[in-house]
Amino acid sequence: MRVWLTLVRRELAGYFVSWTGYTVIAAVAFLFGLSFYILLNQLNLSESDQPLTEMFYDSLSFFMWMILLLASPLITMRTFAHEKFTGTFETLMTTPVSDLQVVLAKFFGSFFFYLVLWSPLVGCLFIVRHFSNDPTAIDPGTLGSTLLGIGLLGALYMALGCFASSLTRSQIIAAMIALVLGVSLYLLSFLSYAMAGQTGWMMKIFNHVSLVEQMRDFARGVVDIRPVVLYLSLTVLFLFLTLKSVQSRRWK
Amino acid sequence: MIEVVNLTKRYAGHRAVNGLTFRVAPGEIVGLLGPNGAGKTTIMRILSCYMPATSGTARVAGFDVFTEADEVRRHIGYMPEHNPLHREMRVRDYLKFRARLKGLGHGRSRERVDTVLEQCGLADVSKRVIAQLSKGYQQRVGLADALSHEPELIILDEPTAGLDPNQIRAVRQLIKDLAGKHTVLLSTHILPEVEVTCSRVLILHEGRVLADDTPRNLEKLMSKSGRVVTEIAAPLHELEDVFEHAVEIDSFDLSPAEGDYIRCSLTARPGLDVREQIFRMTRDRDWKLRELTRSAHSLEDIFVRITRPNQEDEV
Repeated sequence: MRVWLTLVRRELAGYFVSWTGYTVIAAVAFLFGLSFYILLNQLNLSESDQPLTEMFYDSLSFFMWMILLLASPLITMRTFAHEKFTGTFETLMTTPVSDLQVVLAKFFGSFFFYLVLWSPLVGCLFIVRHFSNDPTAIDPGTLGSTLLGIGLLGALYMALGCFASSLTRSQIIAAMIALVLGVSLYLLSFLSYAMAGQTGWMMKIFNHVSLVEQMRDFARGVVDIRPVVLYLSLTVLFLFLTLKSVQSRRWK
Repeated sequence: MIEVVNLTKRYAGHRAVNGLTFRVAPGEIVGLLGPNGAGKTTIMRILSCYMPATSGTARVAGFDVFTEADEVRRHIGYMPEHNPLHREMRVRDYLKFRARLKGLGHGRSRERVDTVLEQCGLADVSKRVIAQLSKGYQQRVGLADALSHEPELIILDEPTAGLDPNQIRAVRQLIKDLAGKHTVLLSTHILPEVEVTCSRVLILHEGRVLADDTPRNLEKLMSKSGRVVTEIAAPLHELEDVFEHAVEIDSFDLSPAEGDYIRCSLTARPGLDVREQIFRMTRDRDWKLRELTRSAHSLEDIFVRITRPNQEDEV
């Protein structure tokens, strides 16, 4: 555990001594600022009885998904690929740390960085509430479920990115693989829109993997256990694949 | 300290290590010598539990590298080829981080980092960023890392590659200082290195051990068919005449040198030393003699001869 914490700290520190970390933070902060501006404009135009988080998601889901889809590969691309490229992976794997510890440290390192990335959102929402004269504009429940959704999706995308990074020595290739996998997963949502109105088993399946709709539920304050299980199990699956990929040097 | 029995590592298509067996006693400094591709790095990666062998067993400090990898890793300090480091970190922070990874506690790791900084001559640069250090210093950082948890066995893969002569000398001295306290296994394809630092040499070729002895013994082995170089001031045809009639001399080669002297390279019959005879000959005929040396075979010759058995005659 102590060793694991040392590793996680090192992973997190890695983001803040390289340009990648600050660039991603700056880009995401810019997108937040933009979405915040649009949200305020909307609130000035008309009253609304939607929860703020849902408004944010509804009108700005474009921004949210852009952050999730584009920032995730950038965050995770260096986890394994960079160490393999510089050779420090060899020094790491010849210390008495287990493969699982390394995988989990890399995953949680990138996941914590992802959470840091999202922290301005909470600030934005509280500023809106402060000036809206309506203390009920944000209730802890909807805020909590929104953050839960963002966190769960983040965990899934981080695990997926770590897996992509463990496959290659090149950060660019790692980012491309993560992007392709991530976007594919996102685009599954649109299959259910494309087949709207139909019934049958295919429709049922696509409804269950519609990330966009599930995230809308989270933003509305609805916590359905099915997407939670889906995200968690996909996260575990990708971490398992990462572990196998790290161990593959033993039988390659 | 190390016991390797019948070790084989097969990559797709070829064997990098082929039925290797050797043993290293505690306190020895052993050099793995071989051309590129002889399997040096593969052996070291197996011993440091980075990857397993295809077959055979290897034990380090009594622990099996495959089934007791964690224990083995606690007992070895490994510096891979090209000495990979987290170059954006500061020297002390890096060593501290590595010491913690190896399971040292907070106080203990600080203590050990101070010791190895001192030991490797890094105390002055401990606050510098690794990327800004010269290659010689970076190599010391790698060495300090390998030493930080006081391992019994230190494995160094080409520790002096890419350094300038002064840096090489400094790193070699560091390695020599480790003798006695630690067992050291180092690989190199630079011959003087093992001559200077190692107490034993294993010459590898295509994944097999071709020779296993002290550097001195290997040289002795080779010097039996000694070559003698001498410079004598004498008429060329007389010299030719003398050497042709000397039964001890197998072959000779004469070439004019500076002044009146003629440079003679003589190959004596195996096991004979003809230097005394040549001295007597020049004294008897009143020729001037200004050089008389037996060219000892360096490890270089041994190396070339052993690893290229088919072309032995050219050596």
